Amino acid sequence: MDSIQYTTQYQFHGGIHPEEHKELSNQHSIGELGVPPQLNIYLGQHNGQPALPVVNVGDYVKRGQLIGRMQGNLSANVHASSSGTVKEIALRPVAHASGMNDLCVVIDTDGNDASEYLEPIADYASVNKQVLLDRVAEAGIVGLGGAAFPSNIKLMPRVNHLIINAAECEPYISCDDRLMRENADELINAIQCVQSIIGAQHCTIGIEDNKQEAINALLLAIEKQDPNNNSHFQICVVPTKYPSGGEKQLIELITGKQVPAQQLPLALGIIMHNVATALAVYRAITKGEVLTQRLMTITGKAATIRGNFWTRIGTPFDWILEQAKVNTQVLDRVIMGGPMMGFEIQKLDSGTVKSTNCTIFAETNELATSNNSLPCIRCGLCADACPVSLLPQQLYWHSKSEEFNKAEHYNLFDCIECGACSYVCPSNIPLVQYYRFAKNEIVRQSDEKAKASHARERHEFRELRLQREKAERAERHRKAAEARKKAAMQKGEADEKKATIADAVARAKARKQQSKD
Amino acid sequence: MLKSSPFNQASNSVTQLMLQVILATLPGALIMFYFFGWGVLFNLLTCSLVAMASEAAILKLRGRDFKSGLSDYSALVTGILIGLALPPLAPWWVAVIGTFFAITFAKHVYGGLGYNPFNPAMVGYVLLLISFPVAMTSWLPPQNIATNAVNFLDSLNLFLFEIDSQGNKLNFYLQNADGFTMATPLDELKTGLSMGFTTAELQDKLILTGWVNQGWQWVNIAFLVGGLYLLTRKVIHWYIPVGMLGAIFLTSGLLTWIDPDLHISPMTHLFSGATMLGAFFIATDPVSAATTPKGRIIFGAGIGFLVVIIRNFGGYPDAVAFAVLLLNMAAPLIDHFTQPKVYGTRDA
Repeated sequence: MDSIQYTTQYQFHGGIHPEEHKELSNQHSIGELGVPPQLNIYLGQHNGQPALPVVNVGDYVKRGQLIGRMQGNLSANVHASSSGTVKEIALRPVAHASGMNDLCVVIDTDGNDASEYLEPIADYASVNKQVLLDRVAEAGIVGLGGAAFPSNIKLMPRVNHLIINAAECEPYISCDDRLMRENADELINAIQCVQSIIGAQHCTIGIEDNKQEAINALLLAIEKQDPNNNSHFQICVVPTKYPSGGEKQLIELITGKQVPAQQLPLALGIIMHNVATALAVYRAITKGEVLTQRLMTITGKAATIRGNFWTRIGTPFDWILEQAKVNTQVLDRVIMGGPMMGFEIQKLDSGTVKSTNCTIFAETNELATSNNSLPCIRCGLCADACPVSLLPQQLYWHSKSEEFNKAEHYNLFDCIECGACSYVCPSNIPLVQYYRFAKNEIVRQSDEKAKASHARERHEFRELRLQREKAERAERHRKAAEARKKAAMQKGEADEKKATIADAVARAKARKQQSKD
Repeated sequence: MLKSSPFNQASNSVTQLMLQVILATLPGALIMFYFFGWGVLFNLLTCSLVAMASEAAILKLRGRDFKSGLSDYSALVTGILIGLALPPLAPWWVAVIGTFFAITFAKHVYGGLGYNPFNPAMVGYVLLLISFPVAMTSWLPPQNIATNAVNFLDSLNLFLFEIDSQGNKLNFYLQNADGFTMATPLDELKTGLSMGFTTAELQDKLILTGWVNQGWQWVNIAFLVGGLYLLTRKVIHWYIPVGMLGAIFLTSGLLTWIDPDLHISPMTHLFSGATMLGAFFIATDPVSAATTPKGRIIFGAGIGFLVVIIRNFGGYPDAVAFAVLLLNMAAPLIDHFTQPKVYGTRDA
């Protein structure tokens, strides 16, 4: 088995070593959070276009029933995560960094948890790939690592190398860790299933060296499920360093290669899926389960009950707060995701989404929350920490002074917003906030520019048309005038002829007269 | 208050960085005190006080919060660096003018902490060097080889009134064991070379007069120790010091290889004057230096190269201040041409 597990010889630039705090949540086995009295399911919770609601207020829905249908090329189905009555389809606070309201389906649950399943596809290997992709789309599976990108799209290409992202580099989060420890056998089957869908000969599982128990569990499972390792599994152990779980960073750690700028891992013949996503895909295919729950870490020092729990999509955070017996006296804020890339949940009645891998109930002073910053002293610690080898302080200066073209020149859009620069900044400057602002502004301005240029094109076209029409009119008039003139001239000529003839006649008459005389 | 990610912060701060820099100057300052006496302390105290007072006053005038402004200790660092660069027993007003100018004009006129294109301490130092060349080049000989060692009271009198209780002026104390008035070894070498002596002859003379292995070498070694501390604590990077010391070694090595009689040897360059103070404490000022890794090596190397060139061919015995300021000017350009390769643009 030694040949399966190996430690990487590669590294990526920069990175940081924040305190992990994983022990807060990874000590207990996985539990069930249960069904909350109300579910608040966000229709736009995935990457891409929001799903269109297909139920009406007052409808009875079962767990697993479609409530929002995907629309367009990039979208995902949304399902009821327990049985009950649709109470409302309205704008409600959603789990989004902006704290905005958006279209949600609110379900009053009945506690029966009546479920409906899709038809299981037992022998997935013998089924047409499109059938499997349709199934994954139907089940509303999205990337569970945090990006919430529709998985059916990411399963489409055929590549030789599948990488399973099990790095889980964010502090506090331990759901993938516990999942691997406790469901290793099923996970290995799930990974084999994903491997079969994308036709990959090889599969590397990338995992940080702080999860030795998970590694052992996977090794055992591989030995049991695939003793000859026909799936060509490898477990690549990478050093614990944030953000090793970033897609491009993990690829560099495993292969030593960098995904070419502005391209996808596909360019290297690689596709990466998160370990929990693989399980969701597998269950959707072999058990007909749609995505109505996910494993979520509940942690933070203000929470009394911590650990990892199967959580229904749309579970309100205030209900989780009660279940976790959070000490609200010391609760400072609620963070969804990890402390490095997560965001604060401003309205606790919003519900969890498919990408909610962690909820941190942080007590006062547990997390850095101050926005007070000193001027940049250009120390360059940010550039050392940047996993993309950017120059964060140059980006900062240009973003701050709204010189967006210069920020773009310094490769602003290669920033993965991992937060490593802000973490090391001795002046405590919220650098990532500046980059987000600059990115938004650039996108907005280029949208406006596109609109403006579209309007200009239309205006120019209209001007051109008017000119052409004018020219055509002028031409018509000219032609008409010419015709008239010609006509007039022809008339004139005729008169002249008559006169000449008359003259001649007159002359002839005169001559006749003379000869008579 | 709403904050976006990350909600995580390493436990470092500008204040901690500055305090570590101050701590790292201690060995050098102590050795200087040992060799040059009380004047060193007077300079350090005066410059520190003037630096803090100027910073506070300007912050107040600019309507900034001067308590938090002072607590970053950046002004104190500037004051200490000027204090270390001044000749001991230079009159008090030298320290006051230099420090005030550094904080007010070189730092705050440009916008304060983080915005100054030039190293404030070196701007203050160069102002003094150009304005008061005599006071700025009158270095005491190391006290253990001085003809007339100077005690605390005389030091204080000289510092405050430029004359001691017996009516002696500073010149009296500048004589070494031979009774000759000498400046720094670098100064001596430079003057000697310009008078047609060879470096070997001058080296002999320095050994005879007890300069070698006294004073300056130890001061430089002490600053090197402080600098290594900063390196191990990751307060500074190796790029600039290595670039600068490497360039000093290579440039002076090349020159001595061409003609050893006319040029100061690499080891003398490295361990005299402000070399180590400059390499670890002055050139590494992040605000006015280049910022990219490659750029910092070039920045340091540029300083090192200029230090040797100015020391050998320029009008001043030491050159760190001028070299640093010249490279400060070049820093934005260096940064522009040394951008690191972003992920994914590396050659496969």
